Amino acid sequence: LRNLSLSGHVGFDSLPDQLVNKSTSQGFCFNILCVGETGIGKSTLMDTLFNTKFESEPATHNEPGVRLKARSYELQESNVRLKLTIVDTVGFGDQINKDDSYKPIVEYIDAQFEAYLQEELKIKRSLFNYHDTRIHACLYFIAPTGHSLKSLDLVTMKKLDSKVNIIPIIAKADTIAKNELHKFKSKIMSELVSNGVQIYQFPTDEETVAEINATMSVHLPFAVVGSTEEVKIGNKMAKARQYPWGVVQVENENHCDFVKLREMLIRVNMEDLREQTHTRHYELYRRCKLEEMGFKDTDPDSKPFSLQETYEAKRNEFLGELQKKEDEMRQMFVMRVKEKEAELKEAEKDLHEKFDHLKRTHQEEKKKVEDKKKELEEELNNFQKKKAAAQLLQSQAQQAGSQQTKKDKDKKNFFFM
Amino acid sequence: MSELVPEPRQKPVVPMKPTGINTNLLGYIGIDTIIEQMRKKTMKTGFDFNIMVVGQSGLGKSTLVNTLFKSQVSRKSSGWNREEKIPKTVEIKAIGHVIEEGGVKMKLTVIDTPGFGDQINNENCWEPIEKYINEQYEKFLKEEVNIARKKRIPDTRVHCCLYFISPTGHSLRPLDLEFMKHLSKVVNIIPVIAKADTMTLEEKTEFKQRVRKELEVNGIEFYPQKEFDEDLEDKTENDKIRESMPFAVVGSDKEYQVNGKRVLGRKTPWGIIEVENLTHCEFALLRDFVIRTHLQDLKEVTHNIHYETYRAKRLNDNGGLPPMTVETEENHESNL
Repeated sequence: LRNLSLSGHVGFDSLPDQLVNKSTSQGFCFNILCVGETGIGKSTLMDTLFNTKFESEPATHNEPGVRLKARSYELQESNVRLKLTIVDTVGFGDQINKDDSYKPIVEYIDAQFEAYLQEELKIKRSLFNYHDTRIHACLYFIAPTGHSLKSLDLVTMKKLDSKVNIIPIIAKADTIAKNELHKFKSKIMSELVSNGVQIYQFPTDEETVAEINATMSVHLPFAVVGSTEEVKIGNKMAKARQYPWGVVQVENENHCDFVKLREMLIRVNMEDLREQTHTRHYELYRRCKLEEMGFKDTDPDSKPFSLQETYEAKRNEFLGELQKKEDEMRQMFVMRVKEKEAELKEAEKDLHEKFDHLKRTHQEEKKKVEDKKKELEEELNNFQKKKAAAQLLQSQAQQAGSQQTKKDKDKKNFFFM
Repeated sequence: MSELVPEPRQKPVVPMKPTGINTNLLGYIGIDTIIEQMRKKTMKTGFDFNIMVVGQSGLGKSTLVNTLFKSQVSRKSSGWNREEKIPKTVEIKAIGHVIEEGGVKMKLTVIDTPGFGDQINNENCWEPIEKYINEQYEKFLKEEVNIARKKRIPDTRVHCCLYFISPTGHSLRPLDLEFMKHLSKVVNIIPVIAKADTMTLEEKTEFKQRVRKELEVNGIEFYPQKEFDEDLEDKTENDKIRESMPFAVVGSDKEYQVNGKRVLGRKTPWGIIEVENLTHCEFALLRDFVIRTHLQDLKEVTHNIHYETYRAKRLNDNGGLPPMTVETEENHESNL
């Protein structure tokens, strides 16, 4: 590749502007995750950073577990539209047993990576207008004990450092005196180093930002104070906290590092945070996820594998399994059908038998009834005969009687004659 | 989501660091500095741009590219003599250069296609070109699909294809129509009328109208495509450009003295044709269009639309990429 020299103005130095204009019209996404105990000042700090009141009621202290609450806002400044998502850890540090406190956080971050990965792997995908929900910066709020990090802090940060850009900050810094603050900061940094926690490094490779980033890094972790209330100082209103013994000004660099945090987080490194999330943390997640599924770039002989081939093999394997399962299911089904059929046949037979039996009984009964009927008829006949005979006898007897009487009468009559 | 716009308040007690941007609003957060941050980043990483020129020999392709980028980007074929063999098939020659202007580094690749349309039988002469374009998409896809990916995948995809139309003055040739029909679906085609100094103004406008009509009748969508206009603003801007396309250009890398200024031009017995003079030819329009306003857009359309179409087709043919969860059958089905 050779370097060419131009003999005139071509005009492609407007390229960055073209690129920026395109991005501006689409808008930017920025997602911040705030990890810290309940009541440490996360919501207040967000309000102070972005100069607005994000409506939210403070959380209670008796949450059963840690859960993440994400809220999105659209901010606009000059012609830049920012889709800001703030994710809060509700209930962090409140439980008696905090073993699993970090888990919901890790799960949430992974879920966002997963969603992006799924979109990227789709056949018909639309990455250019995908609403990016991956966490770009994680503000870790350290309680201002003045001694050192809590073990919960160390454990959580260790779990998060390979997944997200961690920026540790000391919250409620107005409770620490100046000299204690310096000791506290060094203690924290040395603990982080000795425990191998990788916090976000402000980039120093570009001349314009290298200087400011280098000077700011010295003050890590930033000791911040947040406030949305304004106090009259001199003849101007400023964000501050009013105490009986004085006023802590949020934007006074002698009082706290809020201005430094705002510079670093938003005005200097917002784009770098987004890029690191995409090129480092997301790629790591993607690589692990795909490797977990058994995909490799090179086979044991270090020949480059194509993902397609691996996929084909896996797919055939999977289809084979599916087929086997299908066959099994079919077999089982057939068997079941046979069994049911047998059962039904049995039942049918029983039914037939019963029917036959019933029929027979019915026949018998009928016969009996017939017999009885015959008997009855016979009796009736006999009776009728008897009756007839009896009647005859009676009539005979009557006749004989009347004849007798007639005879008698005649006799009488004879005698009278 | 609530719509929040910071209200302007008084100046802060502690003056903010002068950043050259409006520091008077107390409500100023600094979100708009992201533009500056982005600019710096992109300037550092540099840009890739790949431009392909297609047209019959002698239409002035190399000269035009040299004029566009004001340097000897492509070596001109020095008027072939009968001993030089015309390539039997269309060759694809890609030459890369690094040029820098105003702190912006650009890796420019010019892809030449000698032999296009030069044979007696030109059937399917666009096929090697189509194959080359698809090969670049394939290369990019392979890189993208890797497990351990490079931080910046080298982009060799063709962002823009300048198609040179012969200034016959009548209409498009069947070869032109065939080529553009096949390739307008895979790459951004910008038709240009070459050697426009052979036509008078009326002939030029008539020819352009006829060409546009023919392209429309044949369903050929050249860049900027109507279907990708995002909003009304884009549409009006692009409509204006589409009305004046194809640009009738003249190329030259020789300078002459005109009215006390040195300009690029062609010297003829009847006058000097100034390349950058809008009344003489439309080179300046083409240059502004391709380089100064739509370069990024060319790249984006290539990446977001042409490449995605290729990728979708390719993955569909292969049955799709691996599903993320192999436990449930339904998930598998939905991802295929």
